[in-house]
Amino acid sequence: MNKLTKAQTELWEMDELAKGTSPIHGLHPLAKLAVTVFYIFTVVSFPKYDLSGLMILVLYPVILYQIADIPVSTCFYKLRLVLPLVCAVGLVNPFLDRKILLYIGTVPITGGLVSMATLMLKGVFSLMASFLLIATTPIDQICAALGKLHVPQVLTTLLLLTYRYIGLMIREVAVMSESYALRAPGQKGIHFSAWGSFLGQLLLRSMDRAEELYSSMLLRGFRGEFYYVGLPKARGKDWLFFLGSLLLFLAARNTNLPELLGSLFMR
Amino acid sequence: MHMADALLAPAVAATMYAASAVTVGASVKTLKKDEASAKLPTMAVASALVFAGQMINYTIPGTGSSGHLCGGMLLTSLLGPQAGFLSMVVILAIQALFFADGGLLALGANCWNMAFYGCFVGYYLIWRPIMRSGLFASMGAKGAARAKLVLASVLGCVLTLQLGAFSVVLETTASGITELPFGVFAGIMQPIHLAIGLVEGLITSAVLLFVYAARPELIQDVDAASQGGRCSLKTTLVILAVVVAVVGGGLSLFASGNPDGLEWSMFGNAESGYSENMGLDEESYGVSSGAADVAGAIQEKTAFLPDYGFMNSDSAAGTTVSGLLGSVMVAAVAVLVCCAGGFFRKKKTAAKA
Repeated sequence: MNKLTKAQTELWEMDELAKGTSPIHGLHPLAKLAVTVFYIFTVVSFPKYDLSGLMILVLYPVILYQIADIPVSTCFYKLRLVLPLVCAVGLVNPFLDRKILLYIGTVPITGGLVSMATLMLKGVFSLMASFLLIATTPIDQICAALGKLHVPQVLTTLLLLTYRYIGLMIREVAVMSESYALRAPGQKGIHFSAWGSFLGQLLLRSMDRAEELYSSMLLRGFRGEFYYVGLPKARGKDWLFFLGSLLLFLAARNTNLPELLGSLFMR
Repeated sequence: MHMADALLAPAVAATMYAASAVTVGASVKTLKKDEASAKLPTMAVASALVFAGQMINYTIPGTGSSGHLCGGMLLTSLLGPQAGFLSMVVILAIQALFFADGGLLALGANCWNMAFYGCFVGYYLIWRPIMRSGLFASMGAKGAARAKLVLASVLGCVLTLQLGAFSVVLETTASGITELPFGVFAGIMQPIHLAIGLVEGLITSAVLLFVYAARPELIQDVDAASQGGRCSLKTTLVILAVVVAVVGGGLSLFASGNPDGLEWSMFGNAESGYSENMGLDEESYGVSSGAADVAGAIQEKTAFLPDYGFMNSDSAAGTTVSGLLGSVMVAAVAVLVCCAGGFFRKKKTAAKA
């Protein structure tokens, strides 16, 4: 099925992106994780009419995408399915909040319009930041960073295992769907009569596979946790990145930089 | 039902993170270490399966539309509530990270809305009581188990989705994000998710019926009734009645309460000068206490431009013309950065070639 094969390709492409060698790829995963979370925190904490204050934060993802050597268009292409959903959230605002905030020439700008734009930008910025994190950090490093944050080992190991298994499962389901579709031409999805057996078959086989997998893991010396190699110690540049970003976000949050910039030209 | 980051205020997001983190901690503790490591591969495979299974379209007979699988009840019935919850958390994390389905900040809320209700509420209030009850005893052991399976899956999916949808409405309203009135929002969300829950319940039960026919030992509590279940029909009915009363009562209470949500009630309404109040000096909307004054004083001192910097000041001043001009300039800089990046990348690839 098309959707499944696409998902498979997309996972693979993300893996490839994360293997890059840019300065951003080389940063400590914990620093990247913390900065991303703090960035999203800053973005969503902006008041709903503060469109101009929020704008300055576009620079963080945009600049980092360039340093990481990832075209911004890649992000938007990958997120093309989710973006409309994120933007749809604020669509009702212009109809419900019709208070006029200002006029540009003779065109009135309502509060709803501004709050809709702010909400959409918040969504887009957050997406860009998380995409940046994932496009520059392999999943095992993220798990290692989570481990450093004392997230239970069970959870990180499960995350890692599941991530590896998703590729396999999607392939299996893709093959099954494909063959089902070929045997049932002109049918849009799985017929009612096959609802149970379709996924059920796969489930049974997978459960057996999980047993075998566990046995083989035990034979190779698995004792309930993975050991991560290669998580470097935090260096000066990691601290610089972390603290520098933190300060810049705080500054952007507490002063309306675009407005200051604009007022320079408004005298 | 995945919530995006922009839908949540930081405080709400943090609260939901805390709630989900506590549940994760409790689950990890309950699954003792040995048991957890033995169960790990099964959990991983099951969650990968649910993940892939969610992408399958199931044709709904008689309509042109299709439905999807909901993971919570299926995972709970196969793995038990704790392991099921952890598996769901992992699925949601991967969806948030790699498919931008729900945001990083909203992950806590999403875990609560989908995993907590689906696994814990679904298991302890629906699955276990029904599977251990003596319902449908006249249909023979196998028939009764099958009937109970269908009942539990459908009821479980419907109820847990209703709870989840309601939480989404609550969290969004508490964040003060959308202008949509609470009642209208809930009025849209709940019926939609009733239909979705019904279909998901039927798909889940179809899969479980198949598994029951082939490998009954994989399903939790399925033969518990024959070993002398603890919950009778009466208990089950009482539990269900309580759930219905709580959900229904809660709904009607909130739906009639505040037509325009938190925002409206905080800022007054149009007649009492809504537009003026948007300028929103703390004094003019009547909060005055010692603590507020102190906080205000600190705020005045710390903030470079005191009117902009704080969460509650929905300042209209941010939309002045100079602000707009500045924003346009920032946007232009962003575009320039992108173009410059693209330019250098091209040069680099050209140099490599």
